[in-house]
Amino acid sequence: MIRIPALRFGKPYTSLDKATLIHHATGEPVAEVSQVTGSQIARDVGTCARARKDLAAIPIKDILAIYKKAADYFLNGTLPCGDAELTFADYVRNLSATTGSPMVFCDRNARKVHYVLANIEEVIGGLTRGLDVEALDRGYTLKNGRMQAFYPTTDVFGAVLPSNSPGVHSLWVPTLAFKIPLLLKPGREEPWTPYRVIQAFLMAGMPAHVMAFLPADHAGASDILRLCGRSMAFGDDRTMAPYKNDHRVEIHGTGYSKIILGEDEADNWEKHIDLFVEAIAANGGRACVNASAIWTPRHGDKIAKAIAERFAKMKPRAWDDPACEISGFAKPEVAEAINKLIDESLKTPGAVDVTDAVRGTPRLVKEGRVAYLLPTVVRCETPEHPLANKEFLFPYASVIECPQADVLKRIGYTLAASVITNDAGFIAEAMACPTIERLNIGALPTNRLTWDQPHEGNLFTHLYKQRALQLADGHTAHV
Amino acid sequence: MLPDTPGKPTPVTGATLDERIANAKKQLDAHFVETVRWHFNPETGTPFWLEKAKTFDFNPLTDVKSFDDIKRFPIFEDEWLRGGPVRKWVPKAYANRGVYVFETGGTTGLPKSRIVIDDFKIDYEMMSDTLPDQYFPRGSNWLMLGPSGPRRLRLAIEHLAQYRGGICFSLDLDPRWVVKCIKDRKIAEANAYKEHCIDQALTILAGGHEIKCMFTTPKLLAALDEALRNGKLEDKYRSLGKAIPSGGLRSIKATGITGIFSGGTEFTPQFTREAYEEMLDNGEVYMTPTYGNTLMGLACSKPIGPEDGFKITYYAPQPRAVAQVVNPKNYDEIVPYGGTGRVLLTTLTKEFFVPRFPERDEGEREPPYEKYPWDGVSGVRPFSEIAGSTVVGVY
Repeated sequence: MIRIPALRFGKPYTSLDKATLIHHATGEPVAEVSQVTGSQIARDVGTCARARKDLAAIPIKDILAIYKKAADYFLNGTLPCGDAELTFADYVRNLSATTGSPMVFCDRNARKVHYVLANIEEVIGGLTRGLDVEALDRGYTLKNGRMQAFYPTTDVFGAVLPSNSPGVHSLWVPTLAFKIPLLLKPGREEPWTPYRVIQAFLMAGMPAHVMAFLPADHAGASDILRLCGRSMAFGDDRTMAPYKNDHRVEIHGTGYSKIILGEDEADNWEKHIDLFVEAIAANGGRACVNASAIWTPRHGDKIAKAIAERFAKMKPRAWDDPACEISGFAKPEVAEAINKLIDESLKTPGAVDVTDAVRGTPRLVKEGRVAYLLPTVVRCETPEHPLANKEFLFPYASVIECPQADVLKRIGYTLAASVITNDAGFIAEAMACPTIERLNIGALPTNRLTWDQPHEGNLFTHLYKQRALQLADGHTAHV
Repeated sequence: MLPDTPGKPTPVTGATLDERIANAKKQLDAHFVETVRWHFNPETGTPFWLEKAKTFDFNPLTDVKSFDDIKRFPIFEDEWLRGGPVRKWVPKAYANRGVYVFETGGTTGLPKSRIVIDDFKIDYEMMSDTLPDQYFPRGSNWLMLGPSGPRRLRLAIEHLAQYRGGICFSLDLDPRWVVKCIKDRKIAEANAYKEHCIDQALTILAGGHEIKCMFTTPKLLAALDEALRNGKLEDKYRSLGKAIPSGGLRSIKATGITGIFSGGTEFTPQFTREAYEEMLDNGEVYMTPTYGNTLMGLACSKPIGPEDGFKITYYAPQPRAVAQVVNPKNYDEIVPYGGTGRVLLTTLTKEFFVPRFPERDEGEREPPYEKYPWDGVSGVRPFSEIAGSTVVGVY
């Protein structure tokens, strides 16, 4: 068993209370993770003003070089993990073991983290919309004779991370490049990625006191969100409700992402089936950018059936099978609860689980300690049905018929929408739709992201504010 | 210094631990028989118990010979304490005495009420005898950073301070409001209330009252430490136009506090270690955890420290109260030493008789030791079968 300490801005800390992580399939203990309390977090956050100054003093070109080296260590190095040393393959295996996410997904998501580390300049360019990186050294830049000046909004950025979606780690990775110290609270079952990224940074020369790895309970997570000047958090609507109006917290919650077919493309639905399946089911269907609904003016029954036929071919496979398409639930009770909720909701008239008839076997599958929910498509007669606008931790989507004229008024909050149409008028309406965060026009799946455009929030504008700045002749400034 | 309140038990003596254990058992047996006879005697007894005795299949006045006979009594139901008339709990012999009522719970619905005359004074005087004078200097003033209102703690700490020759400063703190905020998920409001409480404490500390001792709960200790580290006491000094002492006021030690008596909510070894290492300058400020409630009294802990991994072991104030660690499926069965079980409390004073009350906690049974030659309990935590179903011990 691997013993993983907390890292309190440079100081490893082994606590008396520890969380034991077990292998989702075998039940064997895999790791023991030290925990910190809210008051320890408060004490550590108090050290960050100095850490930020120290980080600010490192030239950005040096920090970017550290990122490049860290990328290499992350992917190719053997890095400390508590009292063990792990290769990338070991890390992926452990990540899969404790989260239940298949190794093939873990590997793919870990490579996204590597991509951000290796291509940090591109990512920063996207987040800052092409700002000269030297602005991070000086606090301002003169572009085409125009002054652009910024100041940091916080001395530390806190990230309260999930256990079920390793791809999200790419979102916080640029923080140190923005010269803001980083406090990571890993998800209970996923200490692996945050710890490995920190180790890669350390090996590449990043000062230890600008990074913290602080496993904690829910109360500790609340303390992070309370104490950090800026933070991000992942959670469902209920968990995140207290922070809905807190501008300091960037919420990554339920996405309710959708595919919307225009009148002009509805009859061409068959050629988009691959796209539908990818948008709903890619990466295990757990991401907020996975589609959870398809809205179409017509052919709803046919679309649902065609997706169901594809879904019916997806079978549970062992976590280390490279052909794995769906994730297991490390906590079978979660799968059971979701399954029950869907079955209960289907009792409300107006919805049919189309996959049920096509597959002919139950949605919930239990194999040993692991439970699986097989991909599911539900045909809903109206957008008001309880299953029409739901998002679950497995490939799930509803199919709803709705006239094009009404659809944008009725979809509600939508993190990522793919509007498949060539109708200029409908495109213009979609461009103006205030409930869509990320908009894809044309045949693009909702889950296909570009690194130069953040899909949810923008780390740079979260960590920095623009200010007016004038420098008298002969004066310069730096941060 | 106040004189002892009558009723303090005689300390257990004995040349060896075995002898002390045997003597403590004899003392408990005698005390138990005496207490039962008091509460079930028609002249002196408690109306509630005199009525309840009609349902017993034994005679408490004649059939109770030793503490083992506690098993003849029914498991105490805390529902009996909800609602009045509260006089049913006052022994007839004390009908003309001034009576306090202390409450526990009560965020929603009826709280549990316990009558008290002198018990809280005796309990805290016994506790006082365990405090090292070096860290809790006689004559020094106290800060009561804990719940106010209809709680035993509020008066008990004040009495403790007075008993030791000091004066106690306290604040307004309503834990029921905090529990409501948490139940309603009003986290910001709960935090604001906590800050309000800490601000009151800082005002007292800034007042120049030479406070050296403090009662507080684990959460409020951490909140005070956080406020001090953030310079809030220094800010308070500035706002009052007072000079900040050289060396600053950014730690509990820097405020002049030398001893902390802490309890009221769950106390974990992890928190104790954190407090010792990170809030109290590696034990330079002394802290003693306690375990108690309105029904029982106050259990003291063995001294805590790094040498035994910050393990916390509590010992009930026998013979006035007994803590047993029992099989949660069979309260008659005491678990072996080191075994885990539910905490079963018994209170045996002339004011209040509570036989076999299943606490909301579980822990491990600990053997007697020199200072407390009777069973103890360590690792106290919410009972696993009910943990999570309720918001407990906020402050």
